Amino acid sequence: MGELSVNHLLGIKYLNKQDIKLIFETADHFKEVINRPIKKVPSLRDITIANLFFENSTRTKLSFELAEKRLSADIINFSASQSSVKKGETLIDTVNNILSMKVDMVVMRHPNPGAGVFLSKHVNASIINAGDGAHEHPTQALLDSYSIRERLGEVKGKKVVIVGDILHSRVALSNIFALQLQGAEVMVCGPKTLIPKYINKLGVKVETNLIKALNWCDVANMLRVQNERMDISYFPTTREYTQQFGVNKDLLDSLDKEITIMHPGPINRGVEITSDVADSKQAIILDQVQNGVAIRMAVIYLLASKIK
Amino acid sequence: MSQKVLLNAKEINIILHRLACQLIEKHTNFSETVLIGLQPRGKYLANRLIKILSEDYKIKNIQLGYLDITFYRDDFRRGEKPLEANTTDINFIVENKNIVFIDDVLYTGRSIRAALTAIQSFGRPNEIELLTLIDRRFSRHLPIQPNYKGRQVDAINNEKVIVNWKENGGKDSVFLIEK
Repeated sequence: MGELSVNHLLGIKYLNKQDIKLIFETADHFKEVINRPIKKVPSLRDITIANLFFENSTRTKLSFELAEKRLSADIINFSASQSSVKKGETLIDTVNNILSMKVDMVVMRHPNPGAGVFLSKHVNASIINAGDGAHEHPTQALLDSYSIRERLGEVKGKKVVIVGDILHSRVALSNIFALQLQGAEVMVCGPKTLIPKYINKLGVKVETNLIKALNWCDVANMLRVQNERMDISYFPTTREYTQQFGVNKDLLDSLDKEITIMHPGPINRGVEITSDVADSKQAIILDQVQNGVAIRMAVIYLLASKIK
Repeated sequence: MSQKVLLNAKEINIILHRLACQLIEKHTNFSETVLIGLQPRGKYLANRLIKILSEDYKIKNIQLGYLDITFYRDDFRRGEKPLEANTTDINFIVENKNIVFIDDVLYTGRSIRAALTAIQSFGRPNEIELLTLIDRRFSRHLPIQPNYKGRQVDAINNEKVIVNWKENGGKDSVFLIEK
């Protein structure tokens, strides 16, 4: 077992194939740990981690917090809504103030793309990007690929379609990088208005017909429409979106093969997927959540082992 | 680099049979006893002992698990190389059981300390014993001693004890080499 080629996890873009393999193998061990009667190991008892969330999050924040606690790290939490950011403090000042309390690692979600990269250049701590605007969400992409590997044996050679709001999605971009790095084929599918103009430059297929896309793929990753990031109207009505890009049981049953359904959450039931699909055996949505803790433990453990 | 043979295949075989008999003397039919091989190298010794116990002494259904101690070690971030994790495979509850830890070489005792912490994640055992093939005397950092030992060796700190198993691509042998 080697070590990661990076000192921070800022995006999948900065990782290589070997890094992903190492993270997955480490996550396998942690998955065994979190299924024990006592789900905790003492590895990181001398590490302090700050969770800085400048944007709302439930799942990711809980998942990181649990991963850190399972590794016995000390943690401090910070949400922008209750902080001095509102009083005009800059990002570097906020973080340096926190680091002066002897913090070794920062997990950060921020509304601005590149916030993690910026921070990594200016502060002396290991940074994990927990989502920066519409840029990247690396741990989500890692847990998605890990869940595909768990369900289908391997990621290489698999066909994955990402359906929905690609334009505003950091999950889509990180997934594209991660899947391509592991040798999977990627397609994006959604209303033309929600597909970035130059996405084909990334080497992905583009499809606007959902049935064609589903017939092509082994795995469909259904994204949520991010209404909170939309300043203009990208499609006429939610009902029309659902009719064209929503997945229901009848649609799945009409395909020639059984595909795997994923969703990074939170789900808008009845919009991008119906309840009977979300709760079906084809969906691995809750496996993704469980794997999220193991993946985050692996990432934190591997980055912490590089802190001297 | 000088190299000295401490044990050859024949001697190892005799020792393994003696250790198996000592285990039977204490644990009889192993109904309340589980054997835990410490990863990575204790696994080979544990498998060998199970084979002898079941084939030569007809004691079947002995519970065997493998414990990885990587995440419990006290030298995380202290060495040059990253620590390498192995698989833990314990699919039974150790609550109230008598456990025998099995490892090839007992040196500083730090691995055993980590294993004592790690096993607590699987319940509260009744008793824990330690079996090692090689006991390096006068080199302990902690007050830990084996209950069953194959051979005691006096080695100085710049010497290393290497245990080879035929399952691991060599032939059964124990060497003392100078680092």
